[in-house]
Amino acid sequence: MPLRQDPFGELKVPLTWTAAVALIVAVIIGAAMLLSDRRETFQTEAYGAARQAVDTVSAPVGGVVAKPGEWTGDIMGWLGSYTFTASENRRLKRELVLLRQQADEAVRLKDENERLRAVLGIRTDPPIDMVTARVVADSRGPLANYRLASAGSEAGVMVGFPVLSERGLVGRVVGVARGASKVLLLTDAASRTPVMIDRTNARAILTGDGGPNPRLDYLRGREPIRAGDRVLTSGDGGVLPRGLPIGRVVKGLDGRWRVALDADSGAIDWVRIMKFRDYAQLVDRKALEQTYLPPVITENPDDRIIRTPTPAPKPATPAASSPTPASPARPAAAPPGGGR
Amino acid sequence: MSFSAARPLDPWRWIGVPALLCAGFTILFASPVRVWGLQLPEPIFPLICAFGWAVIRPSIIAPFTLLLLGCFLDLFWGGALGLWGVSLLVAYAGTLFMRNMMTGQSRPMMWAWYAGVCAAALATGYLITMLDVRAAPSLIAVFWQFLATSLLYPFAHRLIDRFDDADVRFR
Repeated sequence: MPLRQDPFGELKVPLTWTAAVALIVAVIIGAAMLLSDRRETFQTEAYGAARQAVDTVSAPVGGVVAKPGEWTGDIMGWLGSYTFTASENRRLKRELVLLRQQADEAVRLKDENERLRAVLGIRTDPPIDMVTARVVADSRGPLANYRLASAGSEAGVMVGFPVLSERGLVGRVVGVARGASKVLLLTDAASRTPVMIDRTNARAILTGDGGPNPRLDYLRGREPIRAGDRVLTSGDGGVLPRGLPIGRVVKGLDGRWRVALDADSGAIDWVRIMKFRDYAQLVDRKALEQTYLPPVITENPDDRIIRTPTPAPKPATPAASSPTPASPARPAAAPPGGGR
Repeated sequence: MSFSAARPLDPWRWIGVPALLCAGFTILFASPVRVWGLQLPEPIFPLICAFGWAVIRPSIIAPFTLLLLGCFLDLFWGGALGLWGVSLLVAYAGTLFMRNMMTGQSRPMMWAWYAGVCAAALATGYLITMLDVRAAPSLIAVFWQFLATSLLYPFAHRLIDRFDDADVRFR
């Protein structure tokens, strides 16, 4: 049989074309997924059920997978501390001298601070509760920088809570599932954090780019910054509390000001999730919403209008069903909202 | 005994098992290990499949499996849904389009082709991320991920070597 009439040869073209059609259909589905994804909003409802399910499954799996790594880290740490005991002892002694001086200064400042607060009558922010969680998975590529922490909705974690390591701010929670929460790191390309320079109080936006050192954008002022300056959260916008340590300013290879993160200087096995949403959480919203308007007094005592706060709705009682007394011809008190 | 040159490949063996292995290695390399301040690299394991499957033969199941693997990466790593699906499919399509040119090339040359395909996938991911977050990710960080992924070519070679001769219709 000649080769051209071989049915084997005819099979190749349809399968190739079908494979090409399958590829095009897959690309269209992928593009539709991209267009429909609302991840960039970082809202609770945008974090869909699929992501929650993957996080819920990944947390225990990641915990098991990370165990050998943890053990290796512990062994390395033990070996390191055993080998470098003498040099570490010298370093710790130097640090102890510095810390004693700082502790004396802190006592003096605390005392002064309390006296000044008492004089001015300032109310300070109440302490914020924290949840401790273990990091079970870690994505550190240039296009996504997230960590999966082993505490979720059952621990009261909510979207937007700041996350700290033992040394400084790591990021904030962008997704919560049962038993797991996803943390957007400061280094992620989508991360924007309002910060301030401790020395000059200059404001900037810390912008992640997938690299280890996020850059400082929108710096204002003349000479607002120099290498080694401490960077803290500014609290602007109310997303994060003010004064959380972030890192130190360094000059990047590209000539831009960047931040060497404090959180990077140690192993981030454990994180603390701060139960802080915004400043509205710290005030008594009910008390703020209640309005007490002053009475309006006119020359004619009969025209006096006294505004009273909105009474709370009372449950229906048998007494309420009794007929109400006739209202006076000229009421002394107008109903709320009915004043001039 | 019937002789047939068109011996079909078992999809489970050449698509299912490598896909599961890639997902497993992705989970393994996501463990937060840090020894002396150094972390594990984060290569894109499914690019081995995207390159290998396209070189072995055209397939209907492979693009959809890559889409699934891409979705897994997006959900696990936290990227935009569809980011890695589209990037892997771009790599697969590029390889499929150029497989006639790759056939019979030496191993170093195939490694270079693989590196080119990795670069195309990462460039697609870079562009999508740039449009998604309206900021340019660090090129240095992208280069490190490209390097880590390019070094995985021996695994792609093993996959191709094992299944390339299984179906001679597409040689």
